Amino acid sequence: MDGKNEIRKISLAGFFPAVVAMKAEDWRLVQICAVTVDDGYEMSYSFSKGYDMVTLRLEVDENEEIASITHIYPCAFLQENEAEELFGVKIGHIEPDYHDKLYRIDEETPFKKKE
Amino acid sequence: MAKRSIVPFGPQHPVLPEPVHLDLVLEDETVVGAIPSIGYIHRGLEKLVEKRDFKQYPYVAERICGICSCGHGLGYCMAVEEIMNIQVPDRANYLRTIWVEMSRIHSHLLWLGLLADAMGFESLFMESWRLREKILDMFDETTGGRIIHSVNQVGGVQKDMDSTMLNDILSAIKDIESQLKPIINTFLQDYTVQSRLKGAGVLSREDAISLGAVGPMLRASGEPYDVRMLGYGAYKDLSVEPIISTDCDSYARCEVRLKELLQSFELIREAIGKIPDGPISVPVKGNPAGEYFVRIEQPRGEAIYYVKANGTKYLDRFRLRTPTTSNIPPMVEMLKGCQLADVPILILTIDPCVSCTER
Repeated sequence: MDGKNEIRKISLAGFFPAVVAMKAEDWRLVQICAVTVDDGYEMSYSFSKGYDMVTLRLEVDENEEIASITHIYPCAFLQENEAEELFGVKIGHIEPDYHDKLYRIDEETPFKKKE
Repeated sequence: MAKRSIVPFGPQHPVLPEPVHLDLVLEDETVVGAIPSIGYIHRGLEKLVEKRDFKQYPYVAERICGICSCGHGLGYCMAVEEIMNIQVPDRANYLRTIWVEMSRIHSHLLWLGLLADAMGFESLFMESWRLREKILDMFDETTGGRIIHSVNQVGGVQKDMDSTMLNDILSAIKDIESQLKPIINTFLQDYTVQSRLKGAGVLSREDAISLGAVGPMLRASGEPYDVRMLGYGAYKDLSVEPIISTDCDSYARCEVRLKELLQSFELIREAIGKIPDGPISVPVKGNPAGEYFVRIEQPRGEAIYYVKANGTKYLDRFRLRTPTTSNIPPMVEMLKGCQLADVPILILTIDPCVSCTER
């Protein structure tokens, strides 16, 4: 059995409607991954349906805020809090928001690339 | 209206082998909400990928967890191999499959022991862990390590098994299987076990899917999703089918894991019967450039490995989404409506691995 495994690039403006559409089509959220790139972040939101997996790829500047998807996919809260705390990605209105206290670590945004 | 109170649960608790904390919101003794909290053992192992040669990183990846270590090494190597377009020899795929199925047996036996211990069923706990020792001995014989195996490498595996070793595995699993059957019978038939598990922690199929449950937790809610069906490793040549239950409760989660143990014995037998001769690895030339997501079925459920490489020997990013990360949100939902006394058992039924989750 072959499962689709593709990455779709998406703009910040189109991100939220795309996630709503995934939910409406019964895709389940399987992972959220943050990667530091030169002047910001690359966020990957992967969804699965049957054995197919589609990843929505979003590139944001360091100070751009992404809307939390926890109001669409409540199970996103751990991974969104993790991206915010370890990388410094700005994610608005996570429910619940741990306010950088998900991990009990001393260093701020340890996974963010330092100068 | 009953008075509400908040009871802290964990991070240290007799049923928890690893630290996780929950703020339980109670009305009398009924749980009406739970807020999970982790973060006691974050190690930042993903970050190390930027400072280790990509060929060395499997040693780090398998140290993410002491139970699914073989699978973590495998998931990482598969992602790099996909990026570098490396065709792993068939024999290596079979060896990898045998080892990860042994890991599944190890993990499920460990979980059964913990469950029995949490119920106060000491003899069942000891019987389960006595059998687990035999699996660890098999790992010791075939890899040289009981917990950390260091067999996976980019391009194949580092160690082969000769026919004597394969026959030893066959006789060992025959022995374990015969001794496991009375244990399975006790777990499925005993009054004590049934009274603690039946009807407890019900998670509907719809909730399991929408809240992102994976592995035995998802399959026990009736969803036949098992990543081994994708046919990675040697699974494409083996008879693997998702094992499900439609009861959706804690008993169903126990039943699914028990049946998966028997399935793993069969898969190992089939793999040993079909294992081809040939090389166990191919040379790896150059450095990876690109990115890939890999999914594998760990004992606790679907794990997702992401690798992003930049053409040097150091990778940009390695990300692991563990099964427990996915199973915590449905666990929180499952706890609502249960009695405080059932909370420890219900948490155990997701088979939490906090070490993996925090990485």
